[in-house]
Amino acid sequence: MPDAPAVELSNITKRFPGVVANDQVNLRVMPAEIHAVVGENGAGKSTLMKILYGMQAPDEGEITMAGQEVRFRSPRDAINAGIGMVHQHFMLADQLTVLENIILGSEPHIGMRIDFQRAKQKLGELSQAYGLAVDPDALVEDLSVGERQRVEILKVLFRGARILILDEPTAVLVPQEVDELFASMRELAGEGVTIIFISHKLDEVLSIADVITVIRQGRTISTVSPDEVDAQKLAEMMVGSELPTPETRESTVGERVLLRVEGLSVRSQDSDRMLLDDVSFTIREGEIVGIAGVEGNGQATLIDALMGLLPLDEGLIELADKDMSRQSTRELREAGLGLIPEDRHRQALLLPEPLWENAMLGHQTVSPFSRGFWIDRKGAHRRTDEIIRVYGVMAPGADTPAIALSGGNQQKFIVGREMLADPLVLIAAQPTRGIDVGAQAAVWDQLRSARAAGLAVLLVSADLEELIGLSDTLWVILRGRLVARLDPATTTPEELGSYMTGVRT
Amino acid sequence: MKRWTPKTKTGRRLWAALLWGSAGVFVLAVVQQIAGTRELTSAGTFGASLRLAMPIMLAGLGAVFSERSGIVNIGLEGMMIMGTWFGAWGAWQFSNPWAGVLFGVLGGGLGGLIHAIATVTFAVDHIVSGVAINILAAGGMRFLSAVSYSADSGGGTTQSPHVSGVGTFSLPFLAGGDLFGWRTPDVFGWFESRHWFFISDVGGILRGLTGDLSWLTLVALLLVPLSIWVLWKTPWGLRLRSCGENPYSAESLGVRVLRMKYYGVVISGAMAGLGGTMLVLVQAGIYREGQTAGRGFIGLAALIFGNWNPAGVLAGASLFGFADALRLRSEGAVHALLLFIAVLLALLVVWQLYRRRWVPAAVSGLFAILFLVLYETLSVVPTQFISFTPHLTTLLVLGLATQRLRMPAADGLRYRKGEAV
Amino acid sequence: MSLLAPVGALIFSLLVASIALVLVGFNPLTAFAEMGKFAWSAASLVSISNRAVPLFMSGLAVAIGFKMGLFNIGVEGQYLLAAVFAAYFGAIVNLPPVLHVLFIILVAMIVGALWSGIAGILKVTRGVHEVIATIMLNAIAVGLVAWLLANFFRKVDPGDLNIKTAELPHSAWFPSLNPLLNTIGIPPPPGPTMQGFMLVAIVFGIVFYLLVWRSRYGFELRASGINPDAARMSGVEPSGMVMQTMLLSGALAGLVGLSPLLGYFHRYTQDFPSGLGFTGIAVALLGRNHPVGIFLGALLFGFMDRSALILDLKGIPREIVTIIQGVVVLAVVVAYEVVTRMIQRQEVAAAAEAAKSDAEEVA
Repeated sequence: MPDAPAVELSNITKRFPGVVANDQVNLRVMPAEIHAVVGENGAGKSTLMKILYGMQAPDEGEITMAGQEVRFRSPRDAINAGIGMVHQHFMLADQLTVLENIILGSEPHIGMRIDFQRAKQKLGELSQAYGLAVDPDALVEDLSVGERQRVEILKVLFRGARILILDEPTAVLVPQEVDELFASMRELAGEGVTIIFISHKLDEVLSIADVITVIRQGRTISTVSPDEVDAQKLAEMMVGSELPTPETRESTVGERVLLRVEGLSVRSQDSDRMLLDDVSFTIREGEIVGIAGVEGNGQATLIDALMGLLPLDEGLIELADKDMSRQSTRELREAGLGLIPEDRHRQALLLPEPLWENAMLGHQTVSPFSRGFWIDRKGAHRRTDEIIRVYGVMAPGADTPAIALSGGNQQKFIVGREMLADPLVLIAAQPTRGIDVGAQAAVWDQLRSARAAGLAVLLVSADLEELIGLSDTLWVILRGRLVARLDPATTTPEELGSYMTGVRT
Repeated sequence: MKRWTPKTKTGRRLWAALLWGSAGVFVLAVVQQIAGTRELTSAGTFGASLRLAMPIMLAGLGAVFSERSGIVNIGLEGMMIMGTWFGAWGAWQFSNPWAGVLFGVLGGGLGGLIHAIATVTFAVDHIVSGVAINILAAGGMRFLSAVSYSADSGGGTTQSPHVSGVGTFSLPFLAGGDLFGWRTPDVFGWFESRHWFFISDVGGILRGLTGDLSWLTLVALLLVPLSIWVLWKTPWGLRLRSCGENPYSAESLGVRVLRMKYYGVVISGAMAGLGGTMLVLVQAGIYREGQTAGRGFIGLAALIFGNWNPAGVLAGASLFGFADALRLRSEGAVHALLLFIAVLLALLVVWQLYRRRWVPAAVSGLFAILFLVLYETLSVVPTQFISFTPHLTTLLVLGLATQRLRMPAADGLRYRKGEAV
Repeated sequence: MSLLAPVGALIFSLLVASIALVLVGFNPLTAFAEMGKFAWSAASLVSISNRAVPLFMSGLAVAIGFKMGLFNIGVEGQYLLAAVFAAYFGAIVNLPPVLHVLFIILVAMIVGALWSGIAGILKVTRGVHEVIATIMLNAIAVGLVAWLLANFFRKVDPGDLNIKTAELPHSAWFPSLNPLLNTIGIPPPPGPTMQGFMLVAIVFGIVFYLLVWRSRYGFELRASGINPDAARMSGVEPSGMVMQTMLLSGALAGLVGLSPLLGYFHRYTQDFPSGLGFTGIAVALLGRNHPVGIFLGALLFGFMDRSALILDLKGIPREIVTIIQGVVVLAVVVAYEVVTRMIQRQEVAAAAEAAKSDAEEVA
């Protein structure tokens, strides 16, 4: 008798208002298999996994485990069935300890009391068995990204998960940490644990997976083994057409320095740690300078400092030869500094407000948005219509609330808002994070044409392909210092990763 | 010589509290000598401090449960008001103070339930809901008084008839309590009457804290270690805290976040209700409109001062209760309090200079001088000022407390199920 | 659609009040009928308008803070302090009529702003939450007012035991609107006159609207309330914003007591109307921080306060009105939340539809 699949999703369909997220999706995963699910953003992978984990109920279709049909009404049911989910955005409480985070919801107890001793013992055993070492009493907020991921994995193993779902696990890791993760995954599979992992990084998928299922626009396209395909073929299956590549053409870098940063240093408030340590670089007109680094090494601090949100302990910021080190955010913006922030919902949009008011954000003190004390509504509407038209934002009109737009359209709107304000220097932080490939290509095109017109861009990104493809100059930031200056044309992800993790200095 | 420190973390904390407390008493004793009053460390003052601190502490303790589950509860004042009304009504209606306690707790819990429905189920802004509940409670209790108390019962729209309180006891031996019917000697009281520097002060303080204690005070004090145990040592407590730190994480692990929030808020209302009941049964013997006088809010201040920990809340509430008690005891005491505050501020200035915090030191120094001047010029503090002693103290404490405080990460978050990114 | 929430909340609160009345043995329909009948008279019209004006100002003061998520619960203390200062200083100067009133307005606004500013400074420099700070300041203000009144601001008339300030000279008396009533055919009723300060209030209402929705400051105010992070990124300086708004709120609060002061009392006494600060919070919530809504809310509360008088005469507990007021505030905030989400869901769906049809067109 052939092996029963560890879990099988059959004909899963899920509809949301305006979109069919999953359309008759089939997924069959065999025990102790490392099964990759690939697809681009918005293809329906996350929804499928949420259904498998009990966070959503399917409109149609079944889930079978070891031959038996199961129905999950909540994550608790899935957990009890042995399914554990490791989320892309870690779900950890920073102010609780590692142990507390791991046992939450499944606490070993004696009567009404938590049995901390038994918990620590079990945790120790798991750490040993799978090579995932952690300090149970450490506060999560003190851990590194790789360590936090280990806590997330231990969280599900603690509950006896035999099927692990890993959602974009390598999104925040550098190549060396990815290798460590893959080693752990192989060990887990060796112990009989089934792993489903979701990714859009095709070379990684090819190196670790036993089986690959491709999903596009809510449908299963095909299921293949890594021997049968290469990255190009997989990409074509994912996108259905040719992939856009972030390649550059000839150099448009001019002579004039538009942004000069020298000796920038910022000390942390709570400790003596330097968040930024003697950072110096320049950006000339027509140049894109990229900053690569693992999240949390000072990128956010650098942006805050450049935007005037932080006081500088030392250093100099010059915008077009004018000293702007002590200027406020408003003055910096008025002087020609634009920003595409990292988190568009939290930092760049007033979601319930109409687009024409969102167009004012960051530029409300200048024309065409205001005349002295008063707002110029007509001017704002005109500019908003222009943004919508020129940047291909799919929206009914300038009065549509921002929340109604899709992520990709919101990002296009933000890019358009900043570009049409004619900045001298543009800071672009994760400009294509979480948007579909079409929108991503559009944003890259806009950045390139703006650069050709003389814009200076500081590109901060975790997407190594984006950095390598768009930058003219590439810096690596580690613990607040710029540790390497690389040539994007000749560097490799491995070299980049080594500097990013401090392996090379 | 090796310096002895206790082994466990709790032991170390208690030892530190003892050392700091002794230092504080010493300063008080010195100030008393200069100002010529015995009221700052008298048994009467400390007994009153304890009595007055309890309602504040209960409100703050309730707030711990609510905010650690992620819901800001500004409506504690309203819930305390409900506690005062229902406490008095229950005691009057059933001629039994403990019935009052039951109804007071239920009344406060009802207020908590309303706040929970608004903030948890409907995701209304927490502060707006709290403010609305305060308005509703004030008006509602007035209506209930109007329909419950006719003129001949001794009550009216703004007050209830007199009710008898819960009994009191004193610790045997230490405070002259009864032991199986035998009146024991009042050791602390004896020490206090000697008027010896520092020793009598300690005696007075301890006598105040151990004599004429209401049973409700004991209940309230026991709630502190109970709360610590529940929140940090039980699964229920861990889940509650996780809702206030990262509700989406808790949700993904199967914790019933919405339900936990309900528990947290209703418990906070019930505790505030108990605090209100204590105001009636232990202090006044009657419900009066406006009785709470902002103590619900002072409880919130105690919460912040105590860094969202029950032990800290007790410390903060004691401080505010002390200020409240002085107001009721004597004008001379409030006058001496000015000097005490000036001295404390001066010590704070020294500490801040040592830490090289120049600007805060200057500000504290200014306030120290201000209070010294006030002490010298006002031989008697005007009655109108005395009325707001606890409120001013609260403001000062909050203004000067360090900002190394940390509230639960998801406190105030308008959480909706399934909205994780 | 936007009226759905407050009207629904009102109906709900009337329902709750009816249940309460029935439980204690009264007929809710007769109670409401009596209230309605009583309120529909010339005297009531005047009374309601007079009550509504300070509530309107109070609502505006609270609302400007609410717009950016600042909770100025201290309007109560701010307006009482402002009123006593305005009464005292208004009585010791001598100015021609219009200037005199302007002077008093100025004094009131400055005092209100300063008192509110204390809470603002505490928030900006020490991170003290403004709810607690303003409430504590309320208590301090009440004590301060009593002390000032008893010691410095008191005008002692022989034989008069009342503690009060000197009476304002006639140049500071705000004219009544009774002549206006005549022109629209309503004979002015006996008793208190229709206070003219209403006109000033309307002016401030218009100023409020222009400030919040048409000015740059207003944009930044609203942005700070909706998304403080995005507002910071766009150049808004948060502590500056907080201070500006607290000062404005305090200044508006200072005006709350001027309608009764200039139109009726002409001095500050121990009977001076209190509680207007807290009711203003209710009015602001009811009116959703929009001047028109606040205007309607103030009228509603004024109406309810007035109609409560008749209940006493009919033997019905007049406190039922406070129940209605309390419930309506709570119900309306819940209702607004529900309605907002409904509207948002509709808009998201509509935009998705439009985007889909756009895409289909392109394809």
